[in-house]
Amino acid sequence: MLQILTPLMRIIEIPMLALQRRLGVNKLAWVFLMPNLVLFGLFAFLPVLLNVAYSMTGGDNVLLGDRPYVGGRNFGLLAECDNFLDPNSCREDKFWRAIWNTSWFVTLQVGIMVGFSLLTAIILNRDIRARGFFRSVFFFPVLLSPVVVALIWKWILQRHGVLNAFLDWTGIGGYNWLVDAQWAFAWSVFISVWAHMGFYTLILLAGLQAIPRDVYEAALMDRASPWRTFRRITLPLLSPTLLVVLVLSLIKGVQTFDEVYAFTGGGPGTATTFIIQYIYEEGFAGAPRLFGLAAAASLVVAGVLVLLTLVQLWANRKNVDA
Amino acid sequence: MKSSLLKTSALATVFGLGATAAFAADEVRFMCYSDGNECEVYEDVLSRFEADNPEIDVIVDVVPYQAILENLPVQLAAGTGPDIAKVTDLGGLNQYYLDLAPHVDRGYWESAFGDTLNWYRGAAGGDGIYGMHSQLTITGGFVNATLFEQAGVALPASDASWSDWAAAATKVAKATGTDFPMAIDRSGHRVAGPAISYGAKLFDDAGDAILVDDGFTAFTQQFVDWHNDGTIARDVWAGQGGATYQDAAQEFINGELVFYYSGSWQVGRMDKNVGDFFDWKVVGSPCGPSGACSGMPGGAGIVGFEQTKHPKAVAAVIDYLAQEDVYAEVTARTRNLPAHSAVATKGVEFQDASPAAADALSAFAADLSDVSPIAFAYQGYAGNRAMYGITVERLSQAIVGELSVAEAMERASSDLKAALEETK
Repeated sequence: MLQILTPLMRIIEIPMLALQRRLGVNKLAWVFLMPNLVLFGLFAFLPVLLNVAYSMTGGDNVLLGDRPYVGGRNFGLLAECDNFLDPNSCREDKFWRAIWNTSWFVTLQVGIMVGFSLLTAIILNRDIRARGFFRSVFFFPVLLSPVVVALIWKWILQRHGVLNAFLDWTGIGGYNWLVDAQWAFAWSVFISVWAHMGFYTLILLAGLQAIPRDVYEAALMDRASPWRTFRRITLPLLSPTLLVVLVLSLIKGVQTFDEVYAFTGGGPGTATTFIIQYIYEEGFAGAPRLFGLAAAASLVVAGVLVLLTLVQLWANRKNVDA
Repeated sequence: MKSSLLKTSALATVFGLGATAAFAADEVRFMCYSDGNECEVYEDVLSRFEADNPEIDVIVDVVPYQAILENLPVQLAAGTGPDIAKVTDLGGLNQYYLDLAPHVDRGYWESAFGDTLNWYRGAAGGDGIYGMHSQLTITGGFVNATLFEQAGVALPASDASWSDWAAAATKVAKATGTDFPMAIDRSGHRVAGPAISYGAKLFDDAGDAILVDDGFTAFTQQFVDWHNDGTIARDVWAGQGGATYQDAAQEFINGELVFYYSGSWQVGRMDKNVGDFFDWKVVGSPCGPSGACSGMPGGAGIVGFEQTKHPKAVAAVIDYLAQEDVYAEVTARTRNLPAHSAVATKGVEFQDASPAAADALSAFAADLSDVSPIAFAYQGYAGNRAMYGITVERLSQAIVGELSVAEAMERASSDLKAALEETK
């Protein structure tokens, strides 16, 4: 093997040495980074620039060159509001409904999901019977496609679905869950928690397993109660992992679209319309296609996501320093 | 020797390539979607066209309807669209259409397709020939006749109003324990007919789109009330968000619905899926307080695009499909209503259609005479897709109680104003 590789390395070495002599050692690093930088620029940086450019144009033409420049008008339209707490008072009421729906959804979904994931991880970390099986059971929904998740739950919850058949059988009586705004929203949160909990449970489980056993043994020798052990040992030592889980689930929560869209279509009315669906509908599904408004809304979302990422970086750094 | 061999080979290659180029057929790509078996029938009919015209090779790309709605406009804007497509946004895509007029017999096309040619002219107007209306549709009501019979309720007369039908359907649903008396597809196009019957004008005196007026508001109020009192199935309009289309055909097929307002394109589905489960019939569009009993015309058409490299071939393909014998054959095999005047006058014997389906198609065809001129104008209006979307979104919000009817109407007006401003 070495006999084949050595001559090959020699072939590569010749131009690289020449390049190094010409550019110097420090600048040679850019040559190695270039393929990645080109790909990143083409598929990540350029689309962001295009997004910014589109957000400052109007009309319904697709090609940027055919679109009139409107400056910050699209951002102005989104922000035109008498009272931000009341979407009906805003010019782009659908945008603000989506913002508030997303905020409620993220608060509830992340809170419930992180709480349940922690509880599940703690239980699965104990020496219980069929532990491997239960770990797989909790992780299984993560493997399903969002559309499959939505369809499964739609079959369960629709008017003649499995749940209503069961409720009818017990005598409680069924309910048309998906045409009731509050219930449709509540089920969207539940399904999202069900679908993603396994992933965060797995991360927290890894975090729990990284806590040294001897700390727990010392607590046991000191006759610390289980609650005190959890509060004083598990939680503080798990907090870096918990923080990662929190930030990741927040970002994922803000990006929620596919499974809820396939589940409720954003209805009833706009009860489960989240910000990504708003962007999709303004830019692609509606008529006329308002790419400018959609691009401006997507930049607002990008701003929120950047903010969340910065919070994660700051908290991580704080943890490391501590 | 070696040099002469090389020269001979080069010459052979050049001649070979030249010959191939000379005999290469013009490739025409046809983006097609099916409501039933349309693309299959077009493929078959066009294979005969190819046999007669070896210089033209037609490739039928069958795509889902969603691709026609969402992908095709983007492809056209980017200059990467097909040569021909079957479309439903008839006037909205006008800027990309190929004018067939220089390549076809204008007299024949005008006498065959008459007013439907206007639907493809969109905002541009003029006298260009842009598309062949391949399937004419009209909205109307389907009733479960067996449920009426079981309930002992007589079917309302042909000039019955929406209120008469709502009362009768509610009576039948109560007597037979049926889930819902009525349902209307979740579509702005579908509620346009009833709204016109309630007095909606949709356009002002100058011909500019307004959508909301007293008639439209009166219909909306009635529509919302029917949802609130259980006359209309909430699942259809309240079970979705955005402007997403949702029909209630499955509920009708399952026997859960007494009166279902949809359109002629559902006949094939009803015929296939209802079978002898129950008797069904088409009753056209009920009348409204304005005296009109209008449905909405619509349908799909075949258009060529200006960006094609083979305009003559494209026009030849569409012209072939527009010829009376070919058009009649396609209409009969696909069980659609004809937009071709001669074919419609002679009548179509629909292939493999049951007596119920044949009666239903005849009933729809007969209802065309009741269609209001406003409905024809709305169908031909280039911005109708925006108006349909606004209707669905704002009416849904009123139904679920997010907005009052007055607020929904105010929003619908301002949405339309903004949409018109944006597309100026």
